[in-house]
Amino acid sequence: MSDAYEPQIPERKGLAAVLAPVAGFGVTFSSLFKPVVTEQYPREPARVKPRYHGRHQLNRYPDGLEKCIGCELCAWACPADAIYVEGADNTPEAQFSPGERYGRVYQINYLRCIFCGLCIEACPTRALTMTNEFELAGPDREGLIYEKQDLLAPMGENMLAAPHPMVPGTDHHDYYRGEVTGVHPEQVEWVAEKRPDDPTLAQHRSTTQQGAAR
Amino acid sequence: MGIEEAAPSGFLLTTVEKIAGLSRKGSLWPVTFGLACCAIEMMATGAPRFDISRFGMEVFRASPRQADLMIVAGRVSQKMAPVVRQVYDQMAEPKWVLSMGVCASSGGMFNNYAIVQGVDHIVPVDIYLPGCPPRPEMLINAILELHEQIKNAPLGANRVEMAQAAEAAALAATPTHQQIGLLR
Repeated sequence: MSDAYEPQIPERKGLAAVLAPVAGFGVTFSSLFKPVVTEQYPREPARVKPRYHGRHQLNRYPDGLEKCIGCELCAWACPADAIYVEGADNTPEAQFSPGERYGRVYQINYLRCIFCGLCIEACPTRALTMTNEFELAGPDREGLIYEKQDLLAPMGENMLAAPHPMVPGTDHHDYYRGEVTGVHPEQVEWVAEKRPDDPTLAQHRSTTQQGAAR
Repeated sequence: MGIEEAAPSGFLLTTVEKIAGLSRKGSLWPVTFGLACCAIEMMATGAPRFDISRFGMEVFRASPRQADLMIVAGRVSQKMAPVVRQVYDQMAEPKWVLSMGVCASSGGMFNNYAIVQGVDHIVPVDIYLPGCPPRPEMLINAILELHEQIKNAPLGANRVEMAQAAEAAALAATPTHQQIGLLR
């Protein structure tokens, strides 16, 4: 009877026996020739998908009026109670959005927001959408509550800063259907009268003057 | 801590401050402190695709004594709160806290009695990172922001002065329960 240990794996011979101790490094060595998978994030921009849920944005109509009507549906849809909206009435002196109401206060607490996108689904005027921006880290909690001016989309080309009246002869349905495609000269005149120093006014002023000259 | 405590602040230690800041930021070792789903993203950040070792942080220390940075990744329950504090207390100075994800930062969507509404109730937080969970790039971005803080952090007498100023500001600030917000 022999209780001697008998290995189940057959012993290697010749060259295989010599290379056996370093065979494990084969994986390490072969990976030297594989392409690098590391993302060079701070040096190269991050590769996010086009529909990535990033920071929110409050959009505008092509004439510069805000799309947000202050209905608070986004705040109601929010599972984390991250959105605070306070609506107010549009007046002839201060018309911020087409129709009756606009969002006077609009805050998103990014330390509550879970970027689920339910607010985007809830928004009836497509005022609220999400951008691909994700660099939001900050040193204090107050700084991560974004106010309306932080969230509003930048003024696009040929836009006129709100408040100003709606395009004459249109109502909020026309705005929603996309029938308003630009600034009307009457709006330019209104802004020129009330806020002559408005930075978005210059481009329109020159075009209307040209139009008048023609 | 040595000469930096005794020497007069100001001109003498400015270069030392810069060197210390650079070296501290260049080898910031995080403590392993994953609490929930954010920890998965934190692990992904440490793995080859995002490779946190590009910033000299590859080792997640399992022992708080050898760590400089606590990444609180995930929701902190009331039961976990004393543990968080103990791990923080066990870390050696200088130490920093990164609050990763909305749950750690403010309680997030868990606005209930089981979850601490923000880890800053327990430990001082240096940088907040939103997201649920934040993608690894967001964490890297937050870490780089923290690196900037660390690089410019004062040393010795200046550090004490800054800590005192921060404490005075915190004492003078309106308490949360007295803040009324925008509701009229």
